[in-house]
Amino acid sequence: MIFSGVWTVAEASAGGLEPVSFELLTRGRSLADKLGTDLAAVVIAGGADRGEVRKLIEAGADKVYLVDDPRLKHFICENYSNVLVRLIQRYKPEIILGAATSTGRTLMPHVAAAIGAGLTADCTELDIEEETGCLLQTRPAIGGNIMATIKTAERRPQMATVRPRSTVPADPEPGREGEVVDVEYDPCLYDGRVEWLGFRESESDAAAIQDADVVVAGGRGLRKKDNFDLIREMADHLGGAVGASRDAVDRGWISYPHQVGLSGKTVTPRLYIAIGISGAIQHLAGMKTAEHIVVLNSDPEAPILKVADLGLVGDIFELMPMINERLAEEVGRE
Amino acid sequence: MKIITPVKQVPETGNVTMDEETGTMKRAGVESILNPLDLYAVESALRLREEHGGEVIALTMGPLSSEKALREAIAMGCDDGVLLSGREFSGSDTWATAYALSRGIGHIGDYDLIICGERATDGDTGQVGPEIASLLDLPIATYVSSVQAVHCAGGEDPCSGAGNGDIVVERMLEDGYETLKLLLPALLTVVKEINVPRLPTLGGKKTARDAEISPRSTSDIPMDRKLVGLNGSPTRVVSIDRPKVTRNGKVIDARDESRREEAVEEVLSCMRRLGVLKR
Repeated sequence: MIFSGVWTVAEASAGGLEPVSFELLTRGRSLADKLGTDLAAVVIAGGADRGEVRKLIEAGADKVYLVDDPRLKHFICENYSNVLVRLIQRYKPEIILGAATSTGRTLMPHVAAAIGAGLTADCTELDIEEETGCLLQTRPAIGGNIMATIKTAERRPQMATVRPRSTVPADPEPGREGEVVDVEYDPCLYDGRVEWLGFRESESDAAAIQDADVVVAGGRGLRKKDNFDLIREMADHLGGAVGASRDAVDRGWISYPHQVGLSGKTVTPRLYIAIGISGAIQHLAGMKTAEHIVVLNSDPEAPILKVADLGLVGDIFELMPMINERLAEEVGRE
Repeated sequence: MKIITPVKQVPETGNVTMDEETGTMKRAGVESILNPLDLYAVESALRLREEHGGEVIALTMGPLSSEKALREAIAMGCDDGVLLSGREFSGSDTWATAYALSRGIGHIGDYDLIICGERATDGDTGQVGPEIASLLDLPIATYVSSVQAVHCAGGEDPCSGAGNGDIVVERMLEDGYETLKLLLPALLTVVKEINVPRLPTLGGKKTARDAEISPRSTSDIPMDRKLVGLNGSPTRVVSIDRPKVTRNGKVIDARDESRREEAVEEVLSCMRRLGVLKR
């Protein structure tokens, strides 16, 4: 049985496709080119915007497999998994890349288990092994302290998830040619055991912490809940999100969705500003892959200074207002 | 309700320090503990048992020493612990782990609900839960942040493991919360937001110490030996790299008032350089 071609699993959102769908194409295009094969994107949706779907082709997909049916409007793992498994059995791709999002991290293992495929989570690097054509998947392990390279020698397809924002979205090339393959939805693939009842938006401003360009995070050094207002102000000036150490969350200063670290979220923003966070190994695991790290801490021995690109040692309650004031001048936001 | 919680023993990283030369964790003398994110799964199961009656069984796969993780779960209040252990299981990746656990779950049988932690803090994949659901063909809800209702259907003892009824849960997504209703039996993976795990009581610790946990292997539980351990694992680690964590950045001592302004300007110019100052 010949497996060939690289696939990405696009993620639909209310207004079209999630940006990560285009980031996956960047990864997929480079792998497909190395293998000399085609790149296809899979879109499973209920009411897809065909203009958006075309954008996947402009951004590097040679083909889009579109399964569009009102019964697929919401991500119900079983229903999506059944569709993806059917597509895999029919078209036999050698590599499938998904996003390491709440959707992708549910769907991909569900599919991998069903078809007996190898799956590697949260890859930061993907490459093709020259001699074998196997996918080499590199991911952080043990709290990010080692990078493990993993491969699936025999079983196909080879599956991997990739963290959002770990690569740039593919640039669109207007007029690029490709084919949208409409795959009719087989109602036999519908699993009625799970019913979607509703959705409510997060009340807190934690929503976008993993998508934010800038994360401003506070820890125990903030001393009390009210002082997080200074963190929020800085995040607002920068159009960023608010993060926190486990300490701050455990003390009830801020809610769990803001927690960065081993038992919270992993973030890779352009800029991470850690304020009053000493830098326990668990926290470092969640932020040390940020592109740039700025630290404000009163303790010159704080471990977090080791991972800082720029560290300020001093009284954070003096420094924070000064930075906020300068930011207000620079960006003109109040 | 009969609830099974698959758990994992992981290295205790609470007091771990970094080796600055190699950028690795100093693992010598590091103790093993029940995966901190599994505590939320155990707690969720215990609360459901308190409300609806039934039993909670913790299940793990690992070396003989991982019975300690089961005893921690029993100390919290689990009724029993099942240990899958044997050389044939070693080297399992997430697929082979999920396969062995799903056979273990099948062996325990008659369950209404499987509750897993979101992920283990060592492997950090979060894959085993969805993989078990897929292998056992159970409806799944991942990232569950609250259980809103449990409806039991059927005869006199509705939640007796007959797997009737349904459960309504909320899932924590990137931008909000989604409500799903799942028919039982089902599998949930839960996040830290769902509850505050209880501490073991003195009585619980005693029960845990006295609990008999006999390891089961592939000779006790029917499973395909070709599908467990390293042989059953589709993936292989081919190399390990140890990136250095130190960035050797610039550190400005701004403890003295006279240095503050300069330090703040340095932060601003860094932001400007990164293009994050947008009007």
